[in-house]
Amino acid sequence: MKLSALHKGDRAIIKQIFTDESLKSRLFSFGVGRGSELSIEACSMGKQTMEILVDGTLIGLRAKEAAEIEVEKL
Amino acid sequence: MDAIKIVLAGQPNVGKSMLINAMSGSHGLKVGNFSGVTVEKTEVCFEHHCHMFEMVDLPGTYSLRGFTQEEKVAHDYLNNEAYDVIINVLDSTHLQRNLLLTLELLKLNKKMVLALNMADEAKKEGLEIDVKQIEAIIGVPVVLVSANTNEGVEELLQRIHDVADSSERRASNIVYSDVVEEEIFKLSFFMKKKGFKLRDLSTREIAIRLLLEDKDLYKELHDEPIMIQLQPRLLEAFEHIYTHHETKDVAEIKANEYIAIAKGIRMETVKCNREKGEKNVTKKIDDILINRFLGVPIFLFLMWGLFQLTFVLGSIPMEWIETGIRLFGDAVGAGITHEGLRSLIVEGIIAGVGAVLLFLPNIIILFLGIALLETTGYMSRVSFLLDGFFHKFGLHGKSFIPLVTGFGCSVPAYMATRTLKNEKDRLITLFIIGFMSCGAKLPVYVLFIGAFFPTENAGNMLFAIYMAGALLGLVMAKALRVFVFKSKDEPFVMEMPKYRWPSFSLIWHTVYSKALSYLKKAGTFILAASMLIWFASNYPNQPDLEEDYGIKIEQASANEAEISTLNNELKLAKLEGSYLGQLGKATEPFFAPLGFDWKMTVALETGLAAKEVVVSTLGVLYAIGDEVDEEDNTLRKALNDNYSTATAFAFIVFVMIYLPCLAASMVFAKEAGGYKYLAYLFIFTTITAWVLSFITYRILL
Repeated sequence: MKLSALHKGDRAIIKQIFTDESLKSRLFSFGVGRGSELSIEACSMGKQTMEILVDGTLIGLRAKEAAEIEVEKL
Repeated sequence: MDAIKIVLAGQPNVGKSMLINAMSGSHGLKVGNFSGVTVEKTEVCFEHHCHMFEMVDLPGTYSLRGFTQEEKVAHDYLNNEAYDVIINVLDSTHLQRNLLLTLELLKLNKKMVLALNMADEAKKEGLEIDVKQIEAIIGVPVVLVSANTNEGVEELLQRIHDVADSSERRASNIVYSDVVEEEIFKLSFFMKKKGFKLRDLSTREIAIRLLLEDKDLYKELHDEPIMIQLQPRLLEAFEHIYTHHETKDVAEIKANEYIAIAKGIRMETVKCNREKGEKNVTKKIDDILINRFLGVPIFLFLMWGLFQLTFVLGSIPMEWIETGIRLFGDAVGAGITHEGLRSLIVEGIIAGVGAVLLFLPNIIILFLGIALLETTGYMSRVSFLLDGFFHKFGLHGKSFIPLVTGFGCSVPAYMATRTLKNEKDRLITLFIIGFMSCGAKLPVYVLFIGAFFPTENAGNMLFAIYMAGALLGLVMAKALRVFVFKSKDEPFVMEMPKYRWPSFSLIWHTVYSKALSYLKKAGTFILAASMLIWFASNYPNQPDLEEDYGIKIEQASANEAEISTLNNELKLAKLEGSYLGQLGKATEPFFAPLGFDWKMTVALETGLAAKEVVVSTLGVLYAIGDEVDEEDNTLRKALNDNYSTATAFAFIVFVMIYLPCLAASMVFAKEAGGYKYLAYLFIFTTITAWVLSFITYRILL
């Protein structure tokens, strides 16, 4: 399923990242790659942005970007 | 002895600037800001044990791949400039992520020291870090430091000395995944057998770089005979690695390898004594501050507070400064007998400098607030909360702060755009700040509303004007994004740093340097330009006119009222004949389609100096004197008699949109990165103002 479909409190593992190279690289430098485990910490109003926790780092994402990340819910 | 040149590199929010302060603080600080247009790198010099240290603080970057402006600056500097030692600053509480950059830095093959900053925080969080073990794995000296408590700073300086003096570099013991290690071994073994050597690289290092597709190395090896024999071996190795990683994207493979290595190092060297599942402070605060329902109201309240502080608290010292400048000007003026010289010094120079100083309290308070928001980590949350709304208009969540500030004064608003890291986001925000009507436009609005509308509607009208401006600004932002600053949407993927108590020294330093740079740069330009406007409104000399009126005034010696009328008439005549008046008359045809006469035209043009001046100029032109304010009934009546409602509306629209005052324009040019942008802003605002004014006028006529 897509990362954007998850809700606050959900946990998941990243299966694949479909974004373009620059965003992929940005995610990698945050330590977010295939196999990373994440949890959803917060969603803004209307779920336009979401905050995820990966290996101790909190990351804010826009829904559009989150829709390009394939995850497996735990 | 030659200075040791040190480069500080690290990810954002690891406390690099604070560490520089701590390192140089006790050794005689000399800070110089060499600011670029978008990214600033700071240089600091100081002495330690008879060694000069020269430090360059690179912008914080998550990687060196060169996708963002900061990354490019860091990448180019590290690759092309001459330096002795890299200090890689890491956040001890986020070692794993920070090590990703370290792994990239290691590839530069330079002398390096790792500074694990925020050691005190790590201790508090129950993290135990095995420094010796990290040293053994990475192969460079590692020091636990805390810029907060100065712990380890002296040791860090000592290690830099040692590293700079030593000539050899220890090999690192970083281990890749089994597949990659296997291929490294095969390739390295082959090269050893052939006795192949390249620079100071070991065969293992060459093999790693070949497998991770280091382009520079491929270029270097291109003409080497060994390449022919390496090629089939490499192809085979790649196939092997591809199957294991389930992708053929080497960048992704490299990233996955690095992430695995960083994770491995962290697991091997950091012991966590914290209970699992325990909520940390940041999460607890986030539960409130970016709560789906509370987040935005809390933010708006904080903004309202900052706004109030800036403009209410700021107005107190502003009054002192204003009075002080006036008294100073009078005192100086009294000592000068020559009329022209007195006018130049008092009304030109002192008033000009005064106008610059006047904004200083605003700027200091606002930047204090912004520095607090930024150093505590709240600013990232602001982007998080507001990105959804602002993104619809092609803006970034962070644009909110400069835009709101724009309602007070555009000068600090332009300066506040520095928090936007993306060049195009910044430019769009800069261009639309003017649409947020600043405090100085208020007198103009109040004057015209008072002249043309009944009192009970005045408040609503004023609110409507402000809202119309803001909405127009958002629409313009969208238009600029679609037609001018075309770019793919900047993805919104940002770190939400941990909440931290602000450091007093760092905040003081930020505010102090911002204030100083404003005084230095804006000050000189604003001063020069206000002297120009002073000149244009006072020259050429019109001795005949003054003589005429001198005689008339003398004749009316007994009648006070008549003298005052004559004085006002003289002012009017003088302004009409000045260069500025001539300009106003010359440009009148341009404004005629909007229903403006030459008096309005001149008022708009003097308004370029400062918007309040629009009111006093109209006062002069209607011969009421320049001491009028927006509440003046005579002027209101004069306006109502002379202009139609349509003209008044068109005038309000024009004032709302056209070029901001001189001080703001100068700051705009500096922040946008050149006078050509000011020219664009002039064209953009003038055309928009003219067209919308024209439409307003024609509709209401």
